[in-house]
Amino acid sequence: MSNVKERVGTGVGVTLILLWCLLPVAWIVSLSFKSQEAVTNGSPGFFPASGAGAGFDNYKQVLQDDAFLLAIRNSIVVSLSATILSVALATLAAYAIARLEFRGKKFVLTTALVIAMFPVVSLVGPLFDMWRTVGLYDTWWGLMIPYISFTLPLAIWTLSAFFREIPWEMEQAAQVDGATPWQAFRKVIVPLAAPGVFTAAILTFFFAWNDFVFGISLTSTERARPIPAALSFFVGADPFNRPASLLAAAAVVATIPIVVLVLFFQRKIVAGLTAGAVKG
Amino acid sequence: MATIEMKHIVKKYGDGFPAVNDVSIDVADGEFLILVGPSGCGKSTLLRMIVGLEDITDGDMLIGGERVNDLAPRDRNLSMVFQNYALYPHLTVYENIAFPLRLAKVSEKEIDEKVREASKTLDLDEHLERKPANLSGGQRQRVAMGRAIVREAKAFLFDEPLSNLDAKLRGQMRTEIARLQKKLGITTVYVTHDQTEAMTLGDRVAVMKRGVLQQLASPRELYEQPVNLFVAGFIGSPPMNFLPATVEGTEVTLPFGTFPLPADKAERTAGKGLLMAGVRPEHFEDVSVIGEGEVDSSRTFKAHIDVREWLGDQQYAYVPYEAEATVQDQLKELARESDSDSLRTQLVVSLDASSKAEEDADTTLFIDTDQMHLFDPSSGENLTVGL
Amino acid sequence: MTTTEARPTSHKPSKPPKAPDSDRSRSENRLALKLVALPLALMLLVTAFPMLRALYLSLFDYSLTAPDDRTFIGLSNYVTALTDGLFWRDTLITVFIMVVTVSFELVIGFAFAMVMHKVIFARGVIRTSILIPYGVITVVSGFAWQFAFSNTNGFVNSWLPFIDTDFNWFAEQGSSLVAIMASEIWKTTPFMSLLLLAGLAQVSEDMIEAAKVDGATWFQRLYKVILPNMRAAIMVAVLFRALDAYRIFDNIFVMTAGANNTESISFLTYRQVIEQFQLGIGSALSVLLFLSVLVVAAVIVKLFRVDLADARQG
Repeated sequence: MSNVKERVGTGVGVTLILLWCLLPVAWIVSLSFKSQEAVTNGSPGFFPASGAGAGFDNYKQVLQDDAFLLAIRNSIVVSLSATILSVALATLAAYAIARLEFRGKKFVLTTALVIAMFPVVSLVGPLFDMWRTVGLYDTWWGLMIPYISFTLPLAIWTLSAFFREIPWEMEQAAQVDGATPWQAFRKVIVPLAAPGVFTAAILTFFFAWNDFVFGISLTSTERARPIPAALSFFVGADPFNRPASLLAAAAVVATIPIVVLVLFFQRKIVAGLTAGAVKG
Repeated sequence: MATIEMKHIVKKYGDGFPAVNDVSIDVADGEFLILVGPSGCGKSTLLRMIVGLEDITDGDMLIGGERVNDLAPRDRNLSMVFQNYALYPHLTVYENIAFPLRLAKVSEKEIDEKVREASKTLDLDEHLERKPANLSGGQRQRVAMGRAIVREAKAFLFDEPLSNLDAKLRGQMRTEIARLQKKLGITTVYVTHDQTEAMTLGDRVAVMKRGVLQQLASPRELYEQPVNLFVAGFIGSPPMNFLPATVEGTEVTLPFGTFPLPADKAERTAGKGLLMAGVRPEHFEDVSVIGEGEVDSSRTFKAHIDVREWLGDQQYAYVPYEAEATVQDQLKELARESDSDSLRTQLVVSLDASSKAEEDADTTLFIDTDQMHLFDPSSGENLTVGL
Repeated sequence: MTTTEARPTSHKPSKPPKAPDSDRSRSENRLALKLVALPLALMLLVTAFPMLRALYLSLFDYSLTAPDDRTFIGLSNYVTALTDGLFWRDTLITVFIMVVTVSFELVIGFAFAMVMHKVIFARGVIRTSILIPYGVITVVSGFAWQFAFSNTNGFVNSWLPFIDTDFNWFAEQGSSLVAIMASEIWKTTPFMSLLLLAGLAQVSEDMIEAAKVDGATWFQRLYKVILPNMRAAIMVAVLFRALDAYRIFDNIFVMTAGANNTESISFLTYRQVIEQFQLGIGSALSVLLFLSVLVVAAVIVKLFRVDLADARQG
């Protein structure tokens, strides 16, 4: 009897979880198919009212918008480069933290911890000032550098958690078998660590893709402005009435890469999110 | 093939505690040496210093006559089997075994020959293309051995290689290791905490406690002539019985009575006050099994057996007795040092399988005082060693 | 594992290498420093250095609109900030948002984690779904919820029976905060639930069954067995989420732009620096924001006695 009750409970729970996660996403997709006139005149309701649908018009318009296309380009370039550089650096640091005894290990870990908790906004002022002085303001590098710095803690933790899972003896065995430290790293550790590296890369990419504070503070034009910032500046003809359905279409486009990553690498992402945090 | 000489080896960690303290052992070419002791005795640390995974704080480590203190593991040309096997999960069995050869840039043809030879020796032929994750514990163990033997290393080092296997497999692999070592005739150092492995495998056994070498001897000598209380208590299962004893003239007084003692033993121990007598369980017997006429009645006593365990080929009987608090404390300390627990002061005696001794009843037992050892309770030293 | 030896690696995890080190540990040291040098430098370049600069700038009356009029005024900026009601009002709002969102996330996240722990079928589908809010850009989430609560184009008013269909959520502070927190909670609960799920997975089934045999009810098992054994996971999740919530910015920017007293402390700082170019007072606010995050972290660590090294360093 309790078995049936439990199963019903779980079923209800699963339904609630799915509703929670997917309803707002469904809503923004639905909104993106409402026509702009309908939105201006007011069209309450979850689905587009009959006759108020826009088909793919909003998407066509978004994909013809130069500002938006440039923002996508900026986001892709900046996020990908930051991810690659950050993960490469983090791999080295995480290896040192997980495997080597050295002075200052505590300092590195504490720094990473403090940075992960850092109120990003409090850096915006000084960075804004510095970047303008050195000419990094409104450039790709101007965004990439803070992205790398702020994703390093996350990547270092995730990776060192993964590295710790690799049995310590494995590397010693390789050394006894005649490997130099570098060979032990390349032939034994790297293949075993690859899944962790990949996971860290996805999480890093999420962070960079999601960033808003740096995006609006350290850019001023389409030269470097990433998607989240571009979305917030996306204003139609009437500045007091945002083109909701158009924005929704742009938002859906911006969300597609995330959904694709989640669909393909769900297992790895979950492992990565929890590896660094719970077991350590 | 090489000798391994350890000269006054010391290992200290950051806190200054010596994990290994002034250990000197010479391992002859082709010898099978066992390092045994309770946890934390420094046996694995010593092994890891031989292979180079652990720095040597002081002393000299010579392999084949060459000082290796400062050589990296890869330059020492030793092979090692780890407790968890440390197989590379991303490589097949074949590649795992070939790994050291690939690092040494051996030609493809030679690698293939050697891997196949090793796999044949270890009966791994049908598993060569599988990954370690799909193997059983025993198979993984054999792959780890394969990786060790494929290379012509100067010596084999084993770090508790069988401790992750179940009892039956452990017995099989033990024999397998012994056979392999004899066949290859290679110098071997083997760390274990299992005394069956220690007694059966080794040419010589080094017993360690808290970083200090206690005794280095053949298994038989360790068993029959332990140099101190620790070795006496650690080697043997069930362990040696320790009883408070005093020797006057040629008689020894135990909690169960007074018995004659051989003259040479008495000479060394008489008048030394309270001693610790050590008698192995098999040096007792049920008098009724021996036959009345053959028993020296001065060496018998009545004992109250409270529990009896019949094992088929023999049986154990437990005889509780009262002891003074100081003796109890010492016995507890002794048990703790060898990783066991002593719950009560009791005598464990091994009786012939045919004995009809009953539980909760009195039985007359024979005690073979010729085989008894007497220890100085404060230093732990065996006063009757060699007798 | 039944390792018998005190292995050097586990012997003293953070043993300070003593002076007379061998070559090997010295070279290990050197290699490690080489490996961490660049990442560490980068992290410090973008945090410590600007922070020090903010500390310096905060002592000036300095506006980008009149950069040449920079004058040293000591701690006046701090006095101004701390005596102005705005700073305290925004801090209060931020703390309110933090407490409410984290509480909701903890409860809902735990419920989700319990469900996911029990579920045997369709695990992949559920995990994929739960990652979507986590992955969605905060700005997008902000838009989605803003439009959902909108009285012209949203569906919330018509779905909630006790709300007037014309009710304007963004006309006053309370309801605006509800909308902001809805977006925040929606996006971050999945993260919380995944962390809690991982913690739940570490509570051994045997222990729960033992409690069952001992006669514990479902509730007693939860309170006396499951929760105490998940403490570390819960604390880490709360700490990280709380610090994250305290920095709330994106949702407010998108949904209300601080209107109707919905400004957070991050938003205030941003407004001073980027919109009004007041680098002097803005830097002072930056320093105060940083300090207040440290205070929040310290309070949580003290309150829950979280051992960070334990949780993170493992």
